[in-house]
Amino acid sequence: MTSPKTLFDKIWDSHVVRRDADGTCLLYIDRHMVHEVTSAQAFDGLRLAGRKARRPEATLVVADHNVPTTDRDKPIADDDSRIQVETLEKNAAEFGLPYFPLTDIRQGIVHIIGPEQGFTQPGMTIVCGDSHTATHGAFGALAFGVGTSEVEHVLATQTLIQKPAKNMRITVTGSPHPGVGAKDIILAIIGQIGTAGGTGHVIEYTGEAISALSMEGRMTVCNMSIEAGARAGLIAPDETTFAYILGRPMAPGADQWDAALAHWKTLPSDPGATYDSEITLSAADIEPLVTWGTSPEDVLPITGQVPDPAAAKDAAKRRSMERALEYMGLEPGTKLAGIPIRTAFIGSCTNGRIEDLREAAAIAKGRKVAPGIRALVVPGSGLVKKQAEDEGLDTVFTQAGFEWREPGCSMCLAMNPDKLAPGERAASTSNRNFEGRQGPGGRTHLMSPAMVAAAAIAGHIADVRDFD
Amino acid sequence: MEKFTTLTGIAAPLPMINVDTDKIIPAVWLKTIKRTGLGPALFEAIRYKADGSEDPDFVLNKEPYRKAEILVTGKNFGCGSSREHAVWALDGFGIRCVIAPDFADIFYTNAFKNGMLLVKLPQDDVDKLMEDAEKGGNARLSVDLERQVVIRPDGEEIAFDIDPFRKNCLLNGLDDIALTLQKKAEIADFESGQKKTTPWLYG
Repeated sequence: MTSPKTLFDKIWDSHVVRRDADGTCLLYIDRHMVHEVTSAQAFDGLRLAGRKARRPEATLVVADHNVPTTDRDKPIADDDSRIQVETLEKNAAEFGLPYFPLTDIRQGIVHIIGPEQGFTQPGMTIVCGDSHTATHGAFGALAFGVGTSEVEHVLATQTLIQKPAKNMRITVTGSPHPGVGAKDIILAIIGQIGTAGGTGHVIEYTGEAISALSMEGRMTVCNMSIEAGARAGLIAPDETTFAYILGRPMAPGADQWDAALAHWKTLPSDPGATYDSEITLSAADIEPLVTWGTSPEDVLPITGQVPDPAAAKDAAKRRSMERALEYMGLEPGTKLAGIPIRTAFIGSCTNGRIEDLREAAAIAKGRKVAPGIRALVVPGSGLVKKQAEDEGLDTVFTQAGFEWREPGCSMCLAMNPDKLAPGERAASTSNRNFEGRQGPGGRTHLMSPAMVAAAAIAGHIADVRDFD
Repeated sequence: MEKFTTLTGIAAPLPMINVDTDKIIPAVWLKTIKRTGLGPALFEAIRYKADGSEDPDFVLNKEPYRKAEILVTGKNFGCGSSREHAVWALDGFGIRCVIAPDFADIFYTNAFKNGMLLVKLPQDDVDKLMEDAEKGGNARLSVDLERQVVIRPDGEEIAFDIDPFRKNCLLNGLDDIALTLQKKAEIADFESGQKKTTPWLYG
């Protein structure tokens, strides 16, 4: 009898093409997603060396980072952005890769459309030149971000040279209180283990609070694994997973479904499998969370106050906190609830799916965005946008004073015209509050979609539990 | 890929923790379709003032650090996005080696793919090298990859660990795509096996 394996071990072992004596593996990559920002130089490399794409049909290409969220019937106004998107289109055509153009309803953020199309499936290895590729781990796929050199390596060989990561298990027990969701769970985890807590590891999320999540919620959790330092997050596939995949355009068809399902059911970690590290959290202890600083680990309950750097555990941390507070324009001791905002952003690969929009709309319904607040809702894909419109969510948002936009990454990283001005403070459903992330000098507070909607309406950071 | 064997040069101190890739190079620079020309964008937000002029307090704007080839910094350097532009910007400035207690995973891989050596050392050793780097004109460190040592200005040698495969690629400037393509037959064999066991992956 073989020793018990984790979900990660099973996927890894079934994708090793070759293992060298020092443990370096050539790992087969089943699916590769490509976007405009991290691929142009990879295609140039292929051209220079006269190489082709090994498996075009295992690749999916879409533009998302640069695309404007308004005036989509016109050419992209920014020259550099337009050239980058046009370069992607040309490269997809030249190398024969499937591509969803901006005019296609299936266009959207790469990590939203993969699952939506059934391109993402349990047991696969999936990569993309984007750190939030961890999102796809919600399906029990080993999915991680790579740089441009590795994008080129995968295009040319459908493999990567890798060493196995360590296994970390994070168990979230019990059920969260009302007003606490997937975003709060992952922010709580990052707050506990820190932004480098998962470095060198793949994190498997387990426990009742994880199993009870929808696929959208699981994707939010896995998405931010990278903010805890882990290249990949994983959740064991179950009936929720299978029900989500069934019938999607690129999912296994009726003739192959039973075989695929039988395989997927063998993937969850074996009883007795061991992990290199283990963390347990109780969902009932998690409150709605908000970041106060410039690292996702700088997170506190909405009932908390801006911390005092004097209380930092070492000098490096104290300097980093002082710098963060200066950048954020905050004083120690200030209550988080009540900090005024100027902008509210709902969207991104973390929180741009239908369930996120429903959660925000439930708060926005029948209420008004506070005067002077700019509030954006950017659906994660054309199909999310259409579904939201079919459910009337666009009307809920626009009647409340939110802007209803076209799909893309938008203000999550401000490569398109949606950005913060210097000093402008935002409540955001995105994933990074780094200095300058949402625009030079912009000040970002990360939180859940419901909390961002609440902040937009209150005009300041607010406790969603006060919005019954 | 450019080889990395030994390097002796000015080391610049950047005593910050969790330096993220947005700080190394802001997203607006990612619109380029080239690898080159990103040196001026390195650390843009902390290197320049709002009017575009250099901030004289930032280390890389001071002599002799304008010619730094080594960067000594805090833990979790390169966290955040997968943008290889972070490595290209460091390289474009002239930095060929970064020394820190640890690095974010994706950044770590990206650096080695571009012939850049990242040296992981315990915090105490990084603290010593940080002090050396703060000595201005005397802030010259040597790095010998073959022997896996960093040599301080006073001659003390600090040994570091490195994965043998990465070391070999760097020392010889190997193109790992060419290496992998030598294993084409094994990849094809793997694919035929996978077509039998998990045929739905092939449509």
